[in-house]
Amino acid sequence: MKDFEPKIIGFLCTWCSYAGADLAGTSRIQYPSNIRIIRVMCSGRVNPMFVVNALQQGADGVLIGGCHPGDCHYQHGNYQARRRITMMKKLLEFLGIEPDRVRMTWVSAAEGRKFAQVIEEVTEDIRKLGPMKQVRRKNEW
Amino acid sequence: MSKVGVFVCHCGRNIAHTVDIKKVLESIKDYEDVVHVEDSMYMCSEPGQTIIKEAIKKHDLDRVVVAACSKDMHEDTFRIVTKEAGLNQYLTEMANIREQCSWVHENKEKATEKTIKIIESTIEKVKRNQALEPYNVPVTRKALVIGGGIAGIQAALDIADAGYQVTLVEKDSTIGGKMAQLAETFPTLDCSQCILTPKMVAVGRHPNIQLLTNSEVENVDGYVGSFKVKIKKKPRYVIEEKCTICDDCVHVCPVIVHDEYNAGLSPRKAIYIAFPQAVPASYIIDPSTCLGIDPLICAKCKEVCDPKAIDFDMKAEFIEEEFGAIVVATGYSVYPYERIGEYGYGNIHNVVSGLEFERLLSANGPTQGVIRRPSDGNIPKIVVFIHCAGSRDPAKHLPYCSKICCMYATKHAMQYKHLVHDGVAINFYIDVRTAGKDYEEFYKRAAEEENVIYIRGKVSELLQDGEKVLIRGVNTLTSESIELHADMVVLATGLLPSEGTQEISNILKLSCDSKGFVKEAHPKLKPVETVISGVFVAGTASGPKDIPEAVAQASGAAAKAETILSSDFLERDPVIAEIDDLTCGICHTCIHVCPYGAIYYDENQNKVLVNEALCEGCGSCAAACPSGSIELRNSTYESISASIKALLRV
Ligand code: FES
Repeated sequence: MKDFEPKIIGFLCTWCSYAGADLAGTSRIQYPSNIRIIRVMCSGRVNPMFVVNALQQGADGVLIGGCHPGDCHYQHGNYQARRRITMMKKLLEFLGIEPDRVRMTWVSAAEGRKFAQVIEEVTEDIRKLGPMKQVRRKNEW
Repeated sequence: MSKVGVFVCHCGRNIAHTVDIKKVLESIKDYEDVVHVEDSMYMCSEPGQTIIKEAIKKHDLDRVVVAACSKDMHEDTFRIVTKEAGLNQYLTEMANIREQCSWVHENKEKATEKTIKIIESTIEKVKRNQALEPYNVPVTRKALVIGGGIAGIQAALDIADAGYQVTLVEKDSTIGGKMAQLAETFPTLDCSQCILTPKMVAVGRHPNIQLLTNSEVENVDGYVGSFKVKIKKKPRYVIEEKCTICDDCVHVCPVIVHDEYNAGLSPRKAIYIAFPQAVPASYIIDPSTCLGIDPLICAKCKEVCDPKAIDFDMKAEFIEEEFGAIVVATGYSVYPYERIGEYGYGNIHNVVSGLEFERLLSANGPTQGVIRRPSDGNIPKIVVFIHCAGSRDPAKHLPYCSKICCMYATKHAMQYKHLVHDGVAINFYIDVRTAGKDYEEFYKRAAEEENVIYIRGKVSELLQDGEKVLIRGVNTLTSESIELHADMVVLATGLLPSEGTQEISNILKLSCDSKGFVKEAHPKLKPVETVISGVFVAGTASGPKDIPEAVAQASGAAAKAETILSSDFLERDPVIAEIDDLTCGICHTCIHVCPYGAIYYDENQNKVLVNEALCEGCGSCAAACPSGSIELRNSTYESISASIKALLRV
């Protein structure tokens, strides 16, 4: 397990979290390379199916990054995202997938350090959870 | 089958020092649909750009990936390069391998591997992009300025001087705002009215400015280029053009109320003019207190009015007009000292707010510029000025610094000393903040030349003690406790967003910060833009500011508005939502999630449609659509799924 390097997909909204990630870069703050980023206009763009998709394709964890509550560039996209992701985590749990593999976070364009911290944390958390197990249905009929 | 060209930038050593560019090129060149790979020391340089242009032509590329910095840096550069090479600019994408890879990962092997993945996922995205053209929306070449304080006045004048029509809407009976209530301004001690009134007059007679006072914006629809605005012009009950401001009516009016202009320190009648230089120069009847709105009860003013200017039957008018751009300059209100319990909830005689003191200092104020304390009209000999009253106190009051209070308290102390030579002026401060041109010098002048006393410390409590105010506090430099009596106390209270600012943010759907001030589109690089394109902000609507800053911001907002008004058409980004009628179930979910009202149901066609000019391209609808019938152009479900897959491929 020691060598397990989790694969994490990050959906970041362009106005806050993605800009925060850029700032982490400009400030040369190091963080684990396990995160692979997809830029979306708003966290509200993240269709829960993207999360399922990522987990299905081999991701061990998914991070959704948006603007702080109240700060969404499109007014309330992040609230919508939060509701969707909360629902979706319930569903994951029901399916036997640890809901903690999916996490939402708020990082502003000014929070490069916070972004790096979040990535550290998420990477560690997922590392602890171990690789995503493939869900298979036992046919007992 | 696409023909993708991939261009990898070294960015000097910025990328190359942790990413093995050679290995990246080796790996990418065999990726599906890639027909050309090339690297350059600086892709954004002239030679770098030429590499891309030539490769597009030579290899007949139909998609381009530039792996370099963040798209915020150079997306525009490379889109233009693509366009110049004859390829649609939306068929180019940037892969961010600097900010989000080489700069944050030291391990060369890992950074190289990640770079390859980032490029591959970008290739998957760009392959699914469609060629798009920015589309044109028509522009109504008129501006609306909301708020007639100094910021609104400046913005309106600038836009009007540039040759465009401007409508200036003001809630009060006159323009001028808070600045018209000030006595003198720091740090030059210019008379506030003397520098303001010429601008007010200029607004009043500018041929390009339509001035609507006593009016409010009721509703705004539409979008940049053509906002449809409904303005309510409340009845003034006095015909502006006929009123000669002779003041015959005032003498006969039997109703006496507090005068807002003098911060309640003097009375006025129900028919009044805010101050003699008001623009428009006309009386107004305050319908909430006038008896005569029902003329059977009292019509005294109407009887004596020679020019027949009074009309009790006046009704509210509704004006509906279209504007290309909007400037919000709705200003601030002062933090009410009635909320400050430790300072007596406004119940202690002779404790006044900064604005009240301002009126006492003014030659046209309730005391004709003689400092008299409210309780007995005596001239106070010891006056205490408390900085940060209700500010920088996250537990109980405003958490923030209002920026101008240190300076206005210093100004008040200095002006007091100018008027009462043997008086003692004591300022209690937490920190004296003088970050403005000549501000430090002004403070030094007060402390060193004008004998204003500064004590570092917070006043913990104010109490009524006979005719005096007892002040208890601590000197935080010496840790000694202080108890002293003053004849009068002036509270330098902070700034709050005005009611108008809150109302207009709701109407225009502007975002506000945690304090309620209008939020800028970017705190550093877009200080006058708001999140709604075509709506700009000026003055204290976006946060505490001094006058020069408010004026500068107003001119900035005006210039931005002029950019929109300067042409008949406006280019809009075509990256917006698209609905597939074939699968759309007309469930209206998207209509509810859209924050801009950009999606609507058309009954005639029985279809849900996207208003292209309103859509900002956030994609919430695409995520919400239960049948997957909405796509965000160039960021479709398929495209994002393909990117995910590419990132995770082993
Ligand atoms: S734009 Fe950042 S969450 Fe909506």
